[in-house]
Amino acid sequence: MATVSMTVNGKVVAEVVEDRTLLVDYIREHLRLTGTHVGCDTSQCGACVVHVNGKAVKSCTMLAAAADGAEVTTIEGVANGDLHPMQKAFNDNHGLQCGFCTPGMIMSGIDMVNRYKAEGKTLDEAAIRAELEGNICRCTGYHNIVKSISQAAGEM
Amino acid sequence: MSEGIGAAVKRKEDKRFITGSGRYTDDIKLENQAYAAFVRSPHAHANVKSIDKSAAEAMDGVLAVLDGKQLTGDGIGNIICGWAITSKDGSPMNMGAWSALATDKVRYVGDAVVAVIAETQAQAAEAAEAVMVEYEELAVAANIEAAVADGAPQIHDNAPGNVIYDWDIGELADTDSALAGAAHVTEMDITNNRLSPNAMEPRAAITKYDAAEDHYTLYTTSQNPHVARLVLSAFYQVAPEHKLRVIAPDVGGGFGSKIYIYPEEIVCLWAAMKTKRSIKWTADRTEAFLTDAHGRDHVTNAKMGFDADGNIVGFKVATKANFGAYMSLFSSAVPTYLYATLLSGTYNIPNIYCEVLAVYSNTVPVDAYRGAGRPEASYLVERMMETAAREMGKDPAELRRQNFIKEFPHQTPVIMNYDSGDFEGNLNQAMEAADWNGFEARKAESAARGKLRGIGMACYIEACGIAPSAAVGSLGAGVGLWESAEVRVNPVGTIEILTGSHSHGQGHETTFAQVVADRFGVPLDSVQIVHGDTDKVQFGMGTYGSRSGPVGMSAIVKALDKVEAKVKKIGAHLLEEPEENIVIEEGTVKATGTNKALGWHEIGLAAYTAHNLPPDMEPGLKEGAFYDPLNFTFPMGCFICEVEVDPDTGKTEILKFVASDDFGVIINPMIVEGQVHGGIAQGVGQALLEEVVYDENGQQLSASYMDYTMPRADDVPSYDVLHHNTKCTTNPLGIKGCGEAGAIGSPPAVINAITNAIGNNDLSMPATPSKVWAALGAAKIAAE
Repeated sequence: MATVSMTVNGKVVAEVVEDRTLLVDYIREHLRLTGTHVGCDTSQCGACVVHVNGKAVKSCTMLAAAADGAEVTTIEGVANGDLHPMQKAFNDNHGLQCGFCTPGMIMSGIDMVNRYKAEGKTLDEAAIRAELEGNICRCTGYHNIVKSISQAAGEM
Repeated sequence: MSEGIGAAVKRKEDKRFITGSGRYTDDIKLENQAYAAFVRSPHAHANVKSIDKSAAEAMDGVLAVLDGKQLTGDGIGNIICGWAITSKDGSPMNMGAWSALATDKVRYVGDAVVAVIAETQAQAAEAAEAVMVEYEELAVAANIEAAVADGAPQIHDNAPGNVIYDWDIGELADTDSALAGAAHVTEMDITNNRLSPNAMEPRAAITKYDAAEDHYTLYTTSQNPHVARLVLSAFYQVAPEHKLRVIAPDVGGGFGSKIYIYPEEIVCLWAAMKTKRSIKWTADRTEAFLTDAHGRDHVTNAKMGFDADGNIVGFKVATKANFGAYMSLFSSAVPTYLYATLLSGTYNIPNIYCEVLAVYSNTVPVDAYRGAGRPEASYLVERMMETAAREMGKDPAELRRQNFIKEFPHQTPVIMNYDSGDFEGNLNQAMEAADWNGFEARKAESAARGKLRGIGMACYIEACGIAPSAAVGSLGAGVGLWESAEVRVNPVGTIEILTGSHSHGQGHETTFAQVVADRFGVPLDSVQIVHGDTDKVQFGMGTYGSRSGPVGMSAIVKALDKVEAKVKKIGAHLLEEPEENIVIEEGTVKATGTNKALGWHEIGLAAYTAHNLPPDMEPGLKEGAFYDPLNFTFPMGCFICEVEVDPDTGKTEILKFVASDDFGVIINPMIVEGQVHGGIAQGVGQALLEEVVYDENGQQLSASYMDYTMPRADDVPSYDVLHHNTKCTTNPLGIKGCGEAGAIGSPPAVINAITNAIGNNDLSMPATPSKVWAALGAAKIAAE
């Protein structure tokens, strides 16, 4: 057991957890932020994506202890005001159906837009599809997810 | 009416999902909650010799280690299949016993043997590892051919030769004679690959037992909580129906896999009573592959006969269907009444005969998965049509056009009576959007780059809105397939719709509200949809088979009719005008020809204050209805797929995918198109990527996302989704249903395109690069 402390959605938190606790379990079970989901056991589906120190991370693949001292943002913390442009774009474009993969899609979407902007690259449809390699959706067939990210890329 | 029927309204339910505020089963944490973990069989077929629980019981945090003998000893019943199918010879189907925890024998890898209940999930999982089960391994039948082979291992004692039923439909002699007289007969052996549904939310259950009230609560990932309660109560004797509340909160996709009642819900309810603790179980993904009902898995031989002019004269089909180790809840209906009844496709076929051999194997149980039987029928019929056109040297579009059913209603030789459609209209729309006539030029352009271009189509038809209760009852169904709704107009005029349908991605909270907004002209935001809780909603048959539109919404319409009648009576009384002059427009109750009007909220208030109601009228404004469908509905359409194959690698790229569907009346085109997108992606997944693979020992080799290829964003194209709709004539809104069409029509369109590209028709799904490359090589050798 160890005390693991980090800043989650702008708030400093500290929890005593087992050493083997994954970041996703820290977030879901200890902080009760249940918008971050678990859809597989092999780091494939991306339902658990959060931002750690500004970068998209699969929180099922990281120990909570490894995020000690880090700045973590989850789906609950992305909006500055009502909705983040990426969240709004998913609603505008019907980019979600059952909603289970959606938090991970939004977190990956924000990350890819930020990276492409920082590098001055164009995030076209082919790039969005390639960048979504680590996020699986079973409902939407990706068509409207791609549209959503494309819209948000123009607004962010 | 901008928010009513036909409006592409953005979804009301989105906000909670995009902000992380959704409430899925695993998000719920109850007071006093313990965790369950299951000890599962590592063998596909074995006798359970002994179970040593002592080490597990001694571990930290362990509350109980429960086995099948305890379960059956407490009177918990076996899991059943709810649709009785009768074999050709009149004998009933051979349903083997399925205990939620195996007692003396295991029949597939993943079969649950012991449940461990512990304080934490990790403790439960660790203790499960410490349970020692001694097995005596038996010979394994891991696929259809092994299960029906001479000397195959006997999986259930009461199913000789592993045969569940040997069923048929249609006229054998007439079909044989039509084929004998045919100018051309196309014959094919077709395999429909086994799939795993893979809703992104794994199945989960949380159970609570209140000893003082002897009352149970089950939160679960269900598409039909009332059916779950009925089955858990009436058949499994877990709890009496009035002492069991089933809640299906936000559910992260279903695709059929969350219709059924699985061992885990049963065991967790029973264990909550035994331990007096709330119990949570959530599947991990490998557990999902090992326990969620799989789909498809047919092997078929088919012969289609044509006269000299190219008219179909007969269609004869023999299918073997793999049911896995046990009969799941609706498994028996899938390869019979949801498959063989669709073998007429969109065509005039005077003679059809189909026989279906249903067999057990040492694999995960198989049941309905998105489309359930209709994808198998569509794949068969549309590959046969394409192949026949190639063999006879005819244009595949023209052969279809020539054989289309053009007059409605149309009675097929296999039960179904199609009410409406304009098949040529959809064909024409799709061909135009796909620029069918420009294909040869595009093919030449690909060839110049060393690539092989192909185009293929499929004209699917399917059956939704399942179904008239009396009809399904006569065919063996153990339940009625109506739907219920209740409309509550509150004193302030806001409206709650309680529905027996369940939304797990379909957007009912928006579309059902649109139906109400359309009817009364009230704002969409004033309408709330309530579903998924047996304590709130009276009863319901749930959501599957694209029935929420044609059946669920029809029940709402029926209840709205009653509300409207009462509102008009109240309006007439208060406005002192004849009832026949009262109209409801834009949320206002008006008397025509006058300037008298009442706001919608004034009617609600009048109904509940009851100070001034017509004589003999009961107070309140709440009406319920049950709607029993008159017929199946028949969505249909034409899909065209264009692909490019790299001959060096065998990799297929989909360049264009056009869907022209006939869904009848559409409530929200944005949501309908989303359903089509998702369906096509699953169909493309089946055609190109997905397959559950077993080795000969019954070990599932594809039980994780490292091994089972889920379609990713760069595996699928953007889709051109079009509509050419004809109104359904058998339900009040004219809706046909749209949930499964994409998955039904797309596999044959994709495979017809690839076989067109590579010039070899001998190709099975999934058409992986290695298979396509091998087929190309075979075509090359054949040409030399």
